[in-house]
Amino acid sequence: MTALQIVFLIAAAFTLLSALLVVTRPNLVHASLWLIASLAGVAVLFVLLEAGFLAAVQVVIYIGAIAILIIFAVMLTRRVMSDSGPQVNRNWWGAALSALLIFGGLLGLFSQVPAVGSAFPAAIANADGLLEDLGRSLVDVNRYVLPFEVASVLLLAAMIGAIVIARPAAREEGEE
Amino acid sequence: MIPLSWFLILAAALFSIGLYGVLARRNAVAILMGIELMLNAVNLNLVAFWRYVAPGSIAGQAFAVMVFAVAASEAAVGLALILSIYRQRSTVAAEEINLLKW
Amino acid sequence: MSDPFGQIGQFFLNLLTGLGVEAGLASFLLKVAGAAALATGCLFSTFFLIWAERKLLARLQDRLGPNRTGPFGMLQTIADFAKLVTKELIFPSGVDRPVFLLAPLLVVMSVVGIWAVVPFAPRFIASDVNVGVLYVVSVGSIGTLGIMLAGWSSNNKYALLGAFRTVAQLVSYEVPMVLVMLVPVMLSGSMGMVAIVEQQRSMWFVVLAPIAFILFYITSLAENGRAPFDLMEAESEIATGYNVEYSGLMFGMFFVAEFLHAFTIGALATTLFLGGWLGPGVDRYPLLGLVYFLGKSAVIWWSIIWVRMSLPRIRIDQMLALNWKFLTPLALGVVVVTAVADKVGPAGTLGRTAVQLVGNGVVLAFTLLALRAYAARLRNRPTLATPPAASTSLGAPAQ
Repeated sequence: MTALQIVFLIAAAFTLLSALLVVTRPNLVHASLWLIASLAGVAVLFVLLEAGFLAAVQVVIYIGAIAILIIFAVMLTRRVMSDSGPQVNRNWWGAALSALLIFGGLLGLFSQVPAVGSAFPAAIANADGLLEDLGRSLVDVNRYVLPFEVASVLLLAAMIGAIVIARPAAREEGEE
Repeated sequence: MIPLSWFLILAAALFSIGLYGVLARRNAVAILMGIELMLNAVNLNLVAFWRYVAPGSIAGQAFAVMVFAVAASEAAVGLALILSIYRQRSTVAAEEINLLKW
Repeated sequence: MSDPFGQIGQFFLNLLTGLGVEAGLASFLLKVAGAAALATGCLFSTFFLIWAERKLLARLQDRLGPNRTGPFGMLQTIADFAKLVTKELIFPSGVDRPVFLLAPLLVVMSVVGIWAVVPFAPRFIASDVNVGVLYVVSVGSIGTLGIMLAGWSSNNKYALLGAFRTVAQLVSYEVPMVLVMLVPVMLSGSMGMVAIVEQQRSMWFVVLAPIAFILFYITSLAENGRAPFDLMEAESEIATGYNVEYSGLMFGMFFVAEFLHAFTIGALATTLFLGGWLGPGVDRYPLLGLVYFLGKSAVIWWSIIWVRMSLPRIRIDQMLALNWKFLTPLALGVVVVTAVADKVGPAGTLGRTAVQLVGNGVVLAFTLLALRAYAARLRNRPTLATPPAASTSLGAPAQ
């Protein structure tokens, strides 16, 4: 049991435990805090996979922006400062069953992947140049510039859409 | 030496937990939290496969960046929708937002 | 003594392996001990920082500042913290206890975490990740979370309102700050802090990108919640906002985080724009780099206190208008101009400096023209019979 495996097991257990608490806690603010914990766990796993840039981006986007958005939404969509009523709907057992079936199905699928038995592969050939390679690939005409541009249009559309949808209904004249 | 299968099992478990959250919760924001868990599981899967199967090609990481962008936009628009619905109907329980059923 | 900290680390490693601890575990323990030492050092340095700030504020206001406890009042901060530590931790009724306790921890974590990637001297950096700038942004955004949780868990309408306003301010000013932090990344070709410092050997980035430096300064002031952006804890307005229900050491944590953040801004501005630890003679005597670094950070920190004492607080709507209508477009313009100028300009130091200064001059000219047009529009607005509502006055930077 190498140190790396121990770190992985701790991070994985933390992530899964937090995820379970996200979907079971009736108090939504606590659920969002556990969501942040599981997102941080996934960031640690990215570091273990030697994708440091993605780990930092995960923290910035998910914890620094999306989680704050979710907490804001939780705080703004309640009439009193506590959750009322049951937090799971009537068919929660069906949901649990489908989740277990999907999990089993995914495991069955993974066992078919030829690479799945491999332990850690050889070190990455040019580990220092990964970041630069990622940057160049996103603007290279022969590689991923098209998804990059489409993603930026998507972000623009989402930004404008969110502002338009969430705007208060009545606007006074003369307010700039 | 962490086998690839460990990462894949973790991602599958995370995905299933997120799926349970989406299907079983009443509150719309809680459903969105489940969706975020599923997107994270997908990202983890992508990066794990990149690292183990094709570390030479940067496609895995580029794809993961796209998933980040999509997740961010979807969370923003989804939460804007939830806020707007709350303003109209004073509720965010998913089963009460059923105007089409009249 | 070319690598003092490497030698200290090696000494401890040899000590531990001599005692029979295996090498991997020993180096892990040393890393944990190093991180703990850095965090503790940062937190202890706030004793000095708070005292120095109070003395400086006092002198700017033509008074003496703390001068009774100890020589020149140096023990004042220790006395204050002794008081805070011995105060009772009050949990108001209805407060969400775990979240209430977590919030100050997150805020302190976010500030102390930044120090992990700050380069003090050659080869004296806690962790040189190659995405240092992005790491700073990510850790800084955790503080916003802490403040929101503080406001929410206090079970107090005013704390919640204060927290909402604070988070609006912090989240808004993150946008131009991140955009402007792209400028040193572009100029140096790397996101790693050590690489950015090394690339400034020929010319500090403050000369290559003065507007970016000023923007970084302003947006960091807003991120820290310092005057003129100190809405976050406007003592006279909203009864200190999000931390109104906090007492004792929990309040002390918010306090420490804020004062440490000011010096952290100095450290970041130094690293990104002022050449970090560079200075005459630093290659032969690396510890001289530490002196230069602390000196430059102290200059920025002193100017932050000076600004705090000189400028009045701006309103929330003025502040948001300033951010979205002035700072963000300006930051975008600076990023685009820097990128274009760097691409088409010559590679040599003087040529590059000249081209970048021309680019910055163009941005400055456009900004001044836009501000003139805006001021003319404000002057020539048709006067109304009734005074205009307060919310229609748009912010302009203190000019």
